[in-house]
Amino acid sequence: MLQLSGNKIRRRAASLEDLERGEQGILEALDLPEDEARRLMELGFIPGSRVTAGMSAPGGDPRVFQVDGSEVALRRETAARLRVRRRAAEEVR
Amino acid sequence: MSCRDCEACAATAPVQTAGKALVAAIVGPPNSGKSTLFNRLTGLRQKVANFPGVTVEQHTGEMTLPDGREILLIDLPGIYSLTPRSEDEQVAHDVLKGLREDTARPEAVLLILDSTNLGRHLMLAAPVLSLGIPTLIVLNMADDLRSRGGEVDTAALARQLGAPVLLVSAREGEGVDRVVEFLAGAPAAPRPVELPVLSDVPKCRAWAGRVGSKAAYLPPAPPKWTRRLDAVFLHPVAGPLIFAAVVIAVFQAMFTGAAPLMDGVKTVVAWSGQWVGSVLPDSTLRSLLVEGVWGGVGSVLVFLPQILLLFLFLGVLEDSGYLARAALIADRTMARVGLQGKSFIPLLSAYACAVPAVLATRTIENKRDRIATILIAPFMTCSARLPVYTLIIAAFIPNRPLAGPLLGSRAAAMLGLYLLGFLAAVFTARMLKSSVLKSGRAAFVLEMPPYRRPTLHSLGLRLYDRAKLFLRRAGTVILLVAVAIWVLSHLPLDRGKAPKIEQSLAGTIGRTIEPAIKPLGFNWKIGIGLITSLAAREVIVGTLGTIYGMEGEAHSEGLQAALQRDLTPGGAAALLVFFAFAMQCMSTMAVVRRETGGWKWPAVQFAYMSALAWVGAFAANRIAGLL
Repeated sequence: MLQLSGNKIRRRAASLEDLERGEQGILEALDLPEDEARRLMELGFIPGSRVTAGMSAPGGDPRVFQVDGSEVALRRETAARLRVRRRAAEEVR
Repeated sequence: MSCRDCEACAATAPVQTAGKALVAAIVGPPNSGKSTLFNRLTGLRQKVANFPGVTVEQHTGEMTLPDGREILLIDLPGIYSLTPRSEDEQVAHDVLKGLREDTARPEAVLLILDSTNLGRHLMLAAPVLSLGIPTLIVLNMADDLRSRGGEVDTAALARQLGAPVLLVSAREGEGVDRVVEFLAGAPAAPRPVELPVLSDVPKCRAWAGRVGSKAAYLPPAPPKWTRRLDAVFLHPVAGPLIFAAVVIAVFQAMFTGAAPLMDGVKTVVAWSGQWVGSVLPDSTLRSLLVEGVWGGVGSVLVFLPQILLLFLFLGVLEDSGYLARAALIADRTMARVGLQGKSFIPLLSAYACAVPAVLATRTIENKRDRIATILIAPFMTCSARLPVYTLIIAAFIPNRPLAGPLLGSRAAAMLGLYLLGFLAAVFTARMLKSSVLKSGRAAFVLEMPPYRRPTLHSLGLRLYDRAKLFLRRAGTVILLVAVAIWVLSHLPLDRGKAPKIEQSLAGTIGRTIEPAIKPLGFNWKIGIGLITSLAAREVIVGTLGTIYGMEGEAHSEGLQAALQRDLTPGGAAALLVFFAFAMQCMSTMAVVRRETGGWKWPAVQFAYMSALAWVGAFAANRIAGLL
């Protein structure tokens, strides 16, 4: 896991799974085998892109994420492997 | 290429025998409206859906240009890139590179991209343009782009990409004439432009972003209505309730709504059969036509209204975008048996008929999940089982109220049989998904398309296509088997006349297999019924009618009495269980063979279901015998 303690901006190592509904994050890395990571990247999950957590199925899994102009649903186990940097609410315009 | 090769090509590919017909391919990401444009251009059969990856197959259609020339259009599967990793990408890659023997290399490409999501969709332009084939870039969903306040400068985009660009709305038919103009003109190879390294997705995306911004692309506002509708359809409480309501509505339509239509078809078939019978003189030919052909084909035709109604519902669900939400809601439940949300709708369809269900599995991209879904679909209680269940239940279970007026004993027995099939499916899915069809950790990814209003054009084409497919595939198989059964039960001739059923070939076969089915409580007459019902389950009703010397369903009271004489209660229970589990449907087997690309899976499925049916029926016979 990425250790970011000591950084001035309060950043926590988080994954898409940790995002609340409506919360945004900047994608940092995809901890997935190359083929799967590529497929998700083709759908817009490219490191550096902004991902917003959206609605979900009952029970919170799978969840829809808004990324690069489209909405893609991921299961929790996949979402947990996409590392994001959380954006605080005030950061979000 | 040698002359022999040319001849071989000409023989296998009608494309090339059609003289100077131009071959063009339609390429695009899933949900870009490829199939809608294909329908607009060819007016031919092609499934249109609002669900990622629906076009797993390659569809072709012909169109005539204003000057009379013919064009063969190939609708390639929806893809995000040309890197051949999935089956879809492999097919698209091979066709575009001319690597497939069955398909001529396209001389022109229509690259369809969603104009409301151009940043991401433009990524596909890089590998397609690098092929050097004359390409028209079609930016679809112009109506959505405008209404949501997006913009793009097509002329600037054409300069950036070195290929012509059109903004169209395939759904509304806007700009489609200009696509035809492109094909009618002399399409030129794209002007070489700087393209990114194709294997590097982030670089491709950055390139697409730069190209878009140089073409003054202004992405549209998020789809407001989609967000609003999702707030309802994916609401933690309302969502599942609406989902349940939709499922119940589909069921009601299939069983209650279709009933008058099915009765209508039945009446027409019976009436026309009688007419044929009255016109022809009493002869072997008349018997073959009326009992063999009419009876056999009629038994299939009856299901047509139900199947069309199901596909109308599925079409509305798919084209509107709700199907993706239904898959999302169902995913967690389906995951418990190792499947996924996309398996849900095919399995629901299987309650009408396994044939459309198997076809509907095309929306499942993961091959193992798809095969598992295909393998369990026939366990769902399809409507062909109903005549059998109804007959046996009516003959053996007295109608007593169990829970007041709400649930009678017969209805409970019927529900029990539905549950039995469902449990067999769950058991089988678990077994398969924890062994031979265990999926790797391949991520479950479901793109949620915006909600759209389904068009009559697309729904109409879909129903036409399904009706044709069903009538042709199921009809031919059933017709052949119906004739074969007629022959078996009318030969060998006894002094020029048809023999008694027990002396016929069918009777001989029935007695031959009797030892194998005796432990289940079945005699040789049921045995004949089991054999004839290999064609289609409900055929056993007609066969038993013939065997007991009656004219089938018209005398169902008599048939019930005959069955009560011939079957013990244990045997009746065994027969019900047998029908719940056994794979007695040639149409399904034919479709499974086609969809899985060989006889391996239908053979496995048949063997497994037969074994399960035998064991289940044996147990049912013993248990019911004790009561």
